[in-house]
Amino acid sequence: MTVVLFFIFAASSLAGAGGVVLARNPVHSALFLVQTLLSVAVLFLMQDAELLAAVQVIVYAGAIVILFLFVIMLIGVDRREVLTENLRFQRPIAVALGALVLAQIIFLTGHTWATGATTSSGVPINGSSGGDLGNNIQRVARVLFTDFLWPFELTALLLVVAVVGSVVLARGSGDSAATDSDAGASAEVETQS
Amino acid sequence: MIGDFQITDTYYLVLAASLFSIGAVGVLVRRNVLVMFMSIELMLNAVNLTFVAFAKSLNDTSGQVIVFFTLAVAAAEVAVGLAIIVAIFRRRRGMTADDLRVLRG
Repeated sequence: MTVVLFFIFAASSLAGAGGVVLARNPVHSALFLVQTLLSVAVLFLMQDAELLAAVQVIVYAGAIVILFLFVIMLIGVDRREVLTENLRFQRPIAVALGALVLAQIIFLTGHTWATGATTSSGVPINGSSGGDLGNNIQRVARVLFTDFLWPFELTALLLVVAVVGSVVLARGSGDSAATDSDAGASAEVETQS
Repeated sequence: MIGDFQITDTYYLVLAASLFSIGAVGVLVRRNVLVMFMSIELMLNAVNLTFVAFAKSLNDTSGQVIVFFTLAVAAAEVAVGLAIIVAIFRRRRGMTADDLRVLRG
């Protein structure tokens, strides 16, 4: 059962990833991305990461992809992508480099010296090392608020910076005339201010 | 049903490597900046899958917590990146990577 589920959702995630890269329409790419994200969420469930599977569906498929779709609809989907290559042999070289990366990573996965496969004395996922550690959410929370408390606070700072930065970037210059006529000059003024 | 065939963490690592490579090729091949961003999300997801696979095989919850941070960083990155794309589109009326040659030296 687990084997069959793994191969079904692995094939589904790979097909979705290929669709993201190959689809002409950006909306189709976003929907293929949803397929990949949901398949990876199922794989998370099979790896005893129940909280992460839920967060993956809610945050990724629910928030990030919707943000992508908002921007796609805002910009417009009717423009064709230019298929001429400005750099010569860009696509064959890109595919060759991707195959090289794949070969390297797969070579590394078979060798435990590359990853150092030893565990720390952290909170185990299954079983308990003395005392009841609770379910997956409680275990993740225990690690998150003890060992990773300082990175957690830094994440809050990062999110605040991201919100402020995106508001400043998306607000624009304020006057709509400058966006059409002299775009380059207003861009230079904007960067200096 | 299939016998003694088991799914080990190597299968997950190979799958994650394949997803990562597809995302890398997508970043290199596509011109549409939005699709390039989606390919970056694919690469982040591949790394998340690797972290979860190692957390399972090493029986340590820290890997899952790292995935949590990756999700937060991805959300922040997408918010800022899409704001940059919208700002560029307002000025240049285009959203392919070839429209962004202002920074070229």
